[in-house]
Amino acid sequence: MREIKAGKITETIAHLCQQANYELGDDVLAALERAEQTEKSPLGRAVLRELLENAQIAREGVFPLCQDCGTAVVFLDVGQDVHIVGGELQQAVNEGVRQAYAQSYLRKSMVKQPFTERVNTGDNTPAVVHTEIVPGDRLRIAVMAKGGGAENMSRLAMLKPAQGREGIIETVVNAVDEAGGMPCPPLIIGLGIGGTAEMAMLQAKRSLLRPVGQPSPDPELAGLERDILERVNDLGIGPMGLGGRTTALAVHALAMPAHIASMPLAINLQCHSARHREAVL
Amino acid sequence: MEEDTLHINSPIEPDIIDKLTAGTRVLISGIIYTARDAAHKRIIDSLDRAEGLPFDLAGQTIYYAGPSPARPGQVIGSVGPTTSSRMDVFTPRLLAAGLRAMIGKGNRSAAVRAAIVQCHGVYLVAVGGAAALIARSIKQVDVVAYDDLGPEAIRRLTVENFPAIVANDAFGGDLFEQGKAEYRRGR
Repeated sequence: MREIKAGKITETIAHLCQQANYELGDDVLAALERAEQTEKSPLGRAVLRELLENAQIAREGVFPLCQDCGTAVVFLDVGQDVHIVGGELQQAVNEGVRQAYAQSYLRKSMVKQPFTERVNTGDNTPAVVHTEIVPGDRLRIAVMAKGGGAENMSRLAMLKPAQGREGIIETVVNAVDEAGGMPCPPLIIGLGIGGTAEMAMLQAKRSLLRPVGQPSPDPELAGLERDILERVNDLGIGPMGLGGRTTALAVHALAMPAHIASMPLAINLQCHSARHREAVL
Repeated sequence: MEEDTLHINSPIEPDIIDKLTAGTRVLISGIIYTARDAAHKRIIDSLDRAEGLPFDLAGQTIYYAGPSPARPGQVIGSVGPTTSSRMDVFTPRLLAAGLRAMIGKGNRSAAVRAAIVQCHGVYLVAVGGAAALIARSIKQVDVVAYDDLGPEAIRRLTVENFPAIVANDAFGGDLFEQGKAEYRRGR
């Protein structure tokens, strides 16, 4: 058993939250720069230039990338030979979120009871934590600051197996079309295909952790990602929905086995401010 | 910003509204008020009870935004627009009560678009996620009401050259529809 101190987890989470909210990843920046070169709409290009300038300003560490500093979505891949000591795991994660959102002047966006009172918890906790037990003696932590506008455009479709590949493409294209400018395009489109309802949704979100535009290692999925990207960019929605050829920067899909009766399709949209950071302890 | 950008003041005068056609880029200086989900609900509750409002809506501009906290020495944190459609259910009523302009992101409902034409108003978009860039145009911030709502409180912002684009104009023009029609391919 390898011991990892809860305090170390707190410290790491706090650092990742801070970094994610101030420094847009190089992969996202490169994708936005490419889009700025190829976008046909003058207004679309102007929007993309503003986003690149915004990322530069945020990198100075005074103003976060977006005022919506997100729900802190935390993926923990816990090696089965890891023993966490000196505190409870969930509390250690929340303490890291609490510290980062207070000390780094990030907006606290979580409300305690969602359907009537909606009182802000004041410290952006609780984090949404997804824990997986994996082989080894390491702890892999990925933190995503997930904005509400794009998250609100998520979809779960329990498709019929007969709808097949084309059914998936059509459902995604329609979802992006209906979302229009609301989820802050250009988007990264996360897809979870197969599994059960909740597993599809989780994999759709997890797919967003992949570097932007890195295709699936599975050639068939990579082909599906390419075809969906082309169809989505034919919609004409463009940056912030003001018209253009760049509606999405990338499509990331994960697939898994499903029941003979089912073909779940989960769609999780990521805005252009794709903020996530990882560390391994 | 390029040369075709209009410099306008807020509150926006009715004759200026006539010049703001869908797709026009503007730099706004003057006063705008932040209000988003929770603040809208309270304003509507006050209207229902015929109570006074925290600020006189007549001719004013509302910015759908909830800023991140200001660091010491700064007047505000990052402050980009939030999704406007969540306010659609409240907006025709506010326009009827005198509101003239709104700034947000994303398209509006048919009812809001009709109310904008009827009330001779305008809906502008700011670039979602350009929150740090937009913060530079905010010169002064005063909390006007609902301080308990934290980021959702109503704030009076004094702005200089706040960048926005006209999305829905007083004549029925809709940048979302126009833009999409221009760049859509096939089908």
